Amino acid sequence: MEWIQQLVNGISLGSIYALIALGYTMVYGIIKLINFAHGDVFMLGAFIGFYAIARWDIGFFPALIISMVLCAIIGVIIERVAYKRLRNATRIAALITAIGVSLLIEYTVIFFRGASPEAYPEVLPKTYIDIFGVSISSISILILAVTVVLMILLQFIVHKTKIGKAMRAVSLDPDAARLMGINVDNTISATFAIGSALAGAAGVIFGVYYTRIEPLMGVLPGLKAFIAAVFGGIGSIPGAMVGGLSLGVVETVVSALGFSLWRDAAAFVILILILILKPSGIFGKNTREKV
Amino acid sequence: MKKSKAFWVFSALALVIYAVVQGLISSGIIDLYYQNILVQMCINIMLAVSLHIVIGITGQFSIGHAGFMAVGAYFSAIATMKLGLPLPVGLALGAGVAALAGLLVGLPTLRLKGDYLAIATLGFAEIIRIIFLNVDYVGGAAGMVVTNMTTWTYAFAGVVITIIVISNFTNSRHGRGAISIREDEIAADAMGINTTYYKVVAFTIGSLFAGLAGAIYAHNFFIIQPTTFNFLKSFDILIYVVLGGLGSLSGSVIAAIFLTMVTAFLANFPETRMIIYSLVLILVMLYRPTGLMGTKEITSLFKFGKKGGTKP
Amino acid sequence: MTSNLLLKAENVGIQFGGLKAVQNVNMYLNQGELVGLIGPNGAGKTTTFNMITGVYQPTVGAITFAGRNLKGLKPYQVTKQGMSRTFQNIRLFKDLSVLDNVKVANHNIAKHSIVSSILRLPSHFSGEAKMEQESIEFLKIFGLDVYKDEMAKNLPYGMQRRLEIARALAAKPKLLLLDEPAAGMNPQETHDLMELIAFIRKEFNLTILLIEHDMHLVMGICERIYVLDHGQLIADGTAEEIRNNPKVIEAYLGEEVTD
Repeated sequence: MEWIQQLVNGISLGSIYALIALGYTMVYGIIKLINFAHGDVFMLGAFIGFYAIARWDIGFFPALIISMVLCAIIGVIIERVAYKRLRNATRIAALITAIGVSLLIEYTVIFFRGASPEAYPEVLPKTYIDIFGVSISSISILILAVTVVLMILLQFIVHKTKIGKAMRAVSLDPDAARLMGINVDNTISATFAIGSALAGAAGVIFGVYYTRIEPLMGVLPGLKAFIAAVFGGIGSIPGAMVGGLSLGVVETVVSALGFSLWRDAAAFVILILILILKPSGIFGKNTREKV
Repeated sequence: MKKSKAFWVFSALALVIYAVVQGLISSGIIDLYYQNILVQMCINIMLAVSLHIVIGITGQFSIGHAGFMAVGAYFSAIATMKLGLPLPVGLALGAGVAALAGLLVGLPTLRLKGDYLAIATLGFAEIIRIIFLNVDYVGGAAGMVVTNMTTWTYAFAGVVITIIVISNFTNSRHGRGAISIREDEIAADAMGINTTYYKVVAFTIGSLFAGLAGAIYAHNFFIIQPTTFNFLKSFDILIYVVLGGLGSLSGSVIAAIFLTMVTAFLANFPETRMIIYSLVLILVMLYRPTGLMGTKEITSLFKFGKKGGTKP
Repeated sequence: MTSNLLLKAENVGIQFGGLKAVQNVNMYLNQGELVGLIGPNGAGKTTTFNMITGVYQPTVGAITFAGRNLKGLKPYQVTKQGMSRTFQNIRLFKDLSVLDNVKVANHNIAKHSIVSSILRLPSHFSGEAKMEQESIEFLKIFGLDVYKDEMAKNLPYGMQRRLEIARALAAKPKLLLLDEPAAGMNPQETHDLMELIAFIRKEFNLTILLIEHDMHLVMGICERIYVLDHGQLIADGTAEEIRNNPKVIEAYLGEEVTD
């Protein structure tokens, strides 16, 4: 029964990775940029949620929505200020800029409020539900429910709306999309907005679930979410979900086996294996350079 | 040979710098605080130049350089502290094991390109760090106590050797092979360059000198800890190379010197330092993506009346 | 089989995913021949080049060069067998000097090791001197020696095309593959290029396979011509035979015909 417990923990952690991974994969799919700052948007989301709950005394769902909206705005600002000029730059220049933006966000937060951690207020009642003899915290279930709802919403946006269609078109061929009258700049901004909103949601969920947040909290989950995105096949939305959940479960299993100090290494080993054996990931497509 | 002249100028310059600083240290004008900054500067130059051969010359984007620095630091410390070997042997051992680690990491990962390679090198560096974190023999998370043995002489000699080896490599048929990969890998391959071989060679040489820098670093401080070698350290090294100009050895040296001074100046304000660093990184990429020097070397600035070639 | 056979492709084909890009290509080149490979856009000409030079591995069929099967060889290994090429979309080493571009291709004429270079042993200096001297010789043939210290990216377009051929020659090929060498050139430049190709062919005893869109150039200098369409060879023969081949005329119908 303990294993089912661990599985539930793994899925909770995996949902958070999946939510962050979606932003990575969408942005990479559309402008081929590893947005290193994405993990920091997740951190900002956690802090926005924290201040909303602690200072204004509002509930979980209003805080979640405030955080998502503000993170969407932050995401668009990052894109417009830093990345937009780099559309025609080399991939390496773009990657270095993303690293710069990431460090800038982290240390600006530390500059203004210090590096000390913050304890998330208990905003949700902590009850345990018995399912087949396994007690599962209500928070775990709520996290999973919120994640599933957000993912369904995302699928709806990407496949059923006009902006979703534009996003898919731009990711396939930006020039052709432009010729077809799609506003490429706005589409890219929309992608950042949606991805960042999901990261913001992940931040609030993380805070509620793990109760401890700090300015550098986005670094490792950010990297791992990226690994999840690569694992699932970068650019693929179902890939990010499957990748995130698998990574969460693997990490929890590694910890449960008594190797908790090696937990972080497991993610990187997975990354390297997937990069070497099948760089396109589970759901990815192979691409080749034109000679 | 034209090349020999540049070599003798460099040697003379190195000798003068060494003698002057050594004189100032002996006479007590440079105190321990500044001496430490100078050693730190030398270590950073070595790190910058050793990453320059990977990114600037061969065009392989590695963001896990701190991992090899860690290997050099730990293995040299094991040699001197646990096995009681003399420092020079420890330095050589640290550099050697780091080169081996570079070879082992490079062989599988250098088939990857661009940001996939970047993220894989970062992954390997983190794995290396986590291994040291979990090995009790080297102190785990608490770290390993190391006696302070590094002197200005060791540090400066390290810089001179690093620069000579990497610049001699670059200005040869092997270096041109490596640069051609940076310029256009498919064309290089079509012209008969074994691209995999040169990528791995450049990566191994880079790792070797990162290891040497790590070994000197380990014996300059009283303790080494795994957290020191996390990816923020890798980003630090990356900033030297990017700011100096991808492809310019002298550029990365100048950037390392300059940023070491900035760091020393802002030692009490680490957040401010990081904010400045990150802003510099962003602004350089947005407004001058070629960095300070582009692919040019400082020597070419003094060559008037000659058309702008890449090398003397 | 004639004894002076240099390159032979038997039933060569390649698939990308489900798409058969090129199939059933049979062609041969005898020593010293100048052969053209033509076809409409997207016919698979460059893909065929890429298979011959090792950039792509054919899914089926075999390519033999100077009696050796090229299967599994990487491009640099194919180059060492005595084959070198230019690219349709110029691929020079842009930030290297004109001289260094040629020196890269000259890589394998010197044998000094990495250790020798790092320690600046005598073999390094003699090897580098030899490379420098030979590279300048190649530049002279193409009238590029005056630009030797210029960065490749600063050369005018026509000069860049020439430099690419010079660089390919420096790799000491028996077989030279030229991928649309006259693309983007004006008639005068094209004319000069044709003379240059004829000259180097004689001077270096080369066999040449030429992809070209400019029909005038192909018809003017090639002894034999292969025609590709939709990934398959539809004709081969002399310029005269090709000109009157109904299949070829059909394939080019609607295409811009420069001649």
